[in-house]
Amino acid sequence: MNAIVQPSPEPMPESKITVRNLDFFYGGFHALKNVNLEVPENRVTAFIGPSGCGKSTLLRTFNRMFELYPEQRAAGEIILDGENILASKSDVSLLRARVGMVFQKPTPFPMSIYDNIAFGVRLFEDLSKARMDERIEWALTKAALWKEVNDKLHQNGDSLSGGQQQRLCIARAVAVRPEVLLLDEPCSALDPISTAKVEELITELKDDYTVVIVTHNMQQAARVSDFTAYMYLGELIEFGATDQLFVKPTRQATEDYITGRFG
Amino acid sequence: MATASLDNPTYRRRRRTNAVMMALSVVALGFGLFWLAWILGELLWEAAAAFRPSIFLRMTPPPGSDGGLANAIFGSVLMSGAGTLIGTPIGILAGTYLAEYGQRGWLAPATRFINDVLLSAPSIVIGLFVYSVYVARVHHFSGWAGACALAIIVIPVVVRTTDDMLKLVPNSLREAAVALGCPRWKMITRVSYRAARAGIVTGVLLAVARISGETAPLLFTGLNNQFWSTDMNRPMANLPVVIFQFAMSPYDEWHRLAWGGAALITLLVLGLNIAARSLFARGRN
Amino acid sequence: MSAVLDNTGLATAEPSAVVAFTPRPPVLRNNALMDAVFRNLTRFFAFAVFSLLAAILVSLVVGSMPSIRKFGLGFLASAQWDPVQDNFGALVPIYGTVLTSAIALAIAIPVSLGISVFLTELSPVWLRRPLGTAIEMLAAIPSIIYGMWGLFVFAPVFQDHVQPFLADTVGKVPGLGILFSGPPMGIGMLAAGIILAIMVIPFITAVMRDVFELVPAMLKESAYGLGSTTWEVVRGVVLPYTKVGVIGGVMLGLGRALGETMAVTFVIGNAHDFSASLFMPGNSIASALANEFNEAVGDVYTSALIELGLILFLITTIVLAASKLLLLRLARGEGTRA
Repeated sequence: MNAIVQPSPEPMPESKITVRNLDFFYGGFHALKNVNLEVPENRVTAFIGPSGCGKSTLLRTFNRMFELYPEQRAAGEIILDGENILASKSDVSLLRARVGMVFQKPTPFPMSIYDNIAFGVRLFEDLSKARMDERIEWALTKAALWKEVNDKLHQNGDSLSGGQQQRLCIARAVAVRPEVLLLDEPCSALDPISTAKVEELITELKDDYTVVIVTHNMQQAARVSDFTAYMYLGELIEFGATDQLFVKPTRQATEDYITGRFG
Repeated sequence: MATASLDNPTYRRRRRTNAVMMALSVVALGFGLFWLAWILGELLWEAAAAFRPSIFLRMTPPPGSDGGLANAIFGSVLMSGAGTLIGTPIGILAGTYLAEYGQRGWLAPATRFINDVLLSAPSIVIGLFVYSVYVARVHHFSGWAGACALAIIVIPVVVRTTDDMLKLVPNSLREAAVALGCPRWKMITRVSYRAARAGIVTGVLLAVARISGETAPLLFTGLNNQFWSTDMNRPMANLPVVIFQFAMSPYDEWHRLAWGGAALITLLVLGLNIAARSLFARGRN
Repeated sequence: MSAVLDNTGLATAEPSAVVAFTPRPPVLRNNALMDAVFRNLTRFFAFAVFSLLAAILVSLVVGSMPSIRKFGLGFLASAQWDPVQDNFGALVPIYGTVLTSAIALAIAIPVSLGISVFLTELSPVWLRRPLGTAIEMLAAIPSIIYGMWGLFVFAPVFQDHVQPFLADTVGKVPGLGILFSGPPMGIGMLAAGIILAIMVIPFITAVMRDVFELVPAMLKESAYGLGSTTWEVVRGVVLPYTKVGVIGGVMLGLGRALGETMAVTFVIGNAHDFSASLFMPGNSIASALANEFNEAVGDVYTSALIELGLILFLITTIVLAASKLLLLRLARGEGTRA
């Protein structure tokens, strides 16, 4: 089924990730059905839809996270900067350094705040202490966390509050200087105040990164994203500029979801 | 007549049965605690008489004379230490395979099953095994043979706790590391191990506690040595076998030393157990 | 091992400029190699553990060959034990092993049941942890301590007070009395069985308690809600639900009791004789090995002892494997078909 792509009022930015004819399987279960999509560069794109529609599944194909699990497989093409990452022969960890991910539950490593952020950097770069300090300060500033933790960098990561931990995870993802940031329901485990802080962060991050966010909260999608993709039962139903999709969706199915008739 | 009232004979009978059964269960508890108290009490009593600094300073004496347990203690420390150093890495690595790589294939479930059987296997048979493959070949007993037998007892304990503790590490932590571009081996060693650190150390402590009291596997491997020896390639004195020998003898001085040694081992074992439990509880928080 | 090209050109600039999307420095890592090495290393040791059981079995069979060749299957039925004539039979040690374990279980099962019921149904919450810890302490005490205590403390008391009492009461009953006949020596089969029971109680209790805690609270509450007494809930709900697990726990205790060496060796008396009375000394496989192996001279004697070890290993492996299978079945929920 062809998704409807609405014409957007401003010139469409270049596509950072192009998904072509993507199918995904959990064992015998067909989870994603012939998805075609273009994720615009330097914008925030939201994936919305009811539980089980495949939005997280789709997100996790972008960094080949599914390869950790033998029963999961993908067929089709996902093109990042001209290269099909699904067929790529190069080391998948290089891909994962370019495409960062933040998860639903904050997952600080069992180490100090400093080491949490340095962990990813040390995987690929050999920085002197001074430069590492610089990078960590930069990453924590980017995640709006520097002022709160700069005096306790050597304390354990899990001594922070939930909202702070999630921002730590964002700092950690940002520190390795990725090009794309994948956020899988990043606020669903947070209180409203932390959520607001993270949402503010997201709108700032798009200046430097391409952001894709999965959310079950439609208001959040409307608040932070530039483009939205609505998915249902493994299919992409509609994709377009957020303003247009929420105000005047083209498909009845989209409108039903947005107005809360189900899901 | 109300059904549930004290006039109802059926009801009274049921209540009586219940009271009897519950009383019996309290009796059972008392029975268990009674033995614990008697054993520990007796041990403390005899040890109070037997404990003196000379236990640590003098060697095991010939029959009929007085002495200490220094060489036995030293030998036990050497063999237990060596056994732990050999068995722990093997156990941790095998346990890592089960928890981190064991989602598919036959090896992991089969190894888990066999490991649990080994966990409760008679330790005297382990001693026979090491005797057959090692001592019988080289034609002499040795501290190394004893250490090997102890290592074989350490391994299943460490495998089990490592497997259990690593399985408790949430997958989200693993995914977070992998999402940064971390290769699997680094993710396991830098993140999984770190997260499960308290539990794995607890497992090692429990394994050490277990081998501290083991006598049977040393009977045919390390044997015993009346004198001070640091040569692991020769028969080595060790506390449990010395206690066995001294206790079964008719000599009073030897009996006294046997009690002293028994108290020492029990103190060590209970101490390690308590340390392991509090470490684990603290690691959880 | 890894060659990283330092991105000096970028690092000297202002932090905000670091973010500019310059091409990532090429990183050469042998991740794939290290991953393969680590995976195979762990796999190797897992396989080593897997093969350990078979290795023990094979080495025991090889060691018993002289004895197997000489005595064949008759070894199992022969009560002979003559080191001088090199004529050996396993009947007495096997009998001793089985009998002491049976006595141990006969005492331990009801006691463990009682303790587990107390821990899960009757005990006030603040008492549960300390009691649980006390039980675990009992399990942690090394068996040589049990043996020593059994010989020096328990046996005299047993000899002076308990055995005469038993001889005067149960010993007078026709038929059954023969079990309690003979001079009271303190040591012997019954003494060994009792000490073994005390050793095994914590293990069976621990498994039973874990298994009892698996019963869904809702199930018990619906029974209580109908007015059942605590005992009725245990008998009617908890035990049927956990039946398979309880049996598994008992078999675990049996496996331990069969292989126990030091606790038994001190008090069993080391006699290669048959006797109907529980007061008489005897031998178990483990105690025979502990007492005689280092003095054994000659291939036949040594290999006969190794064959005893083989028999013990086979019995305990079968019992422990069966126990594990039962416990796995309960974990998978099959034991819920009450």
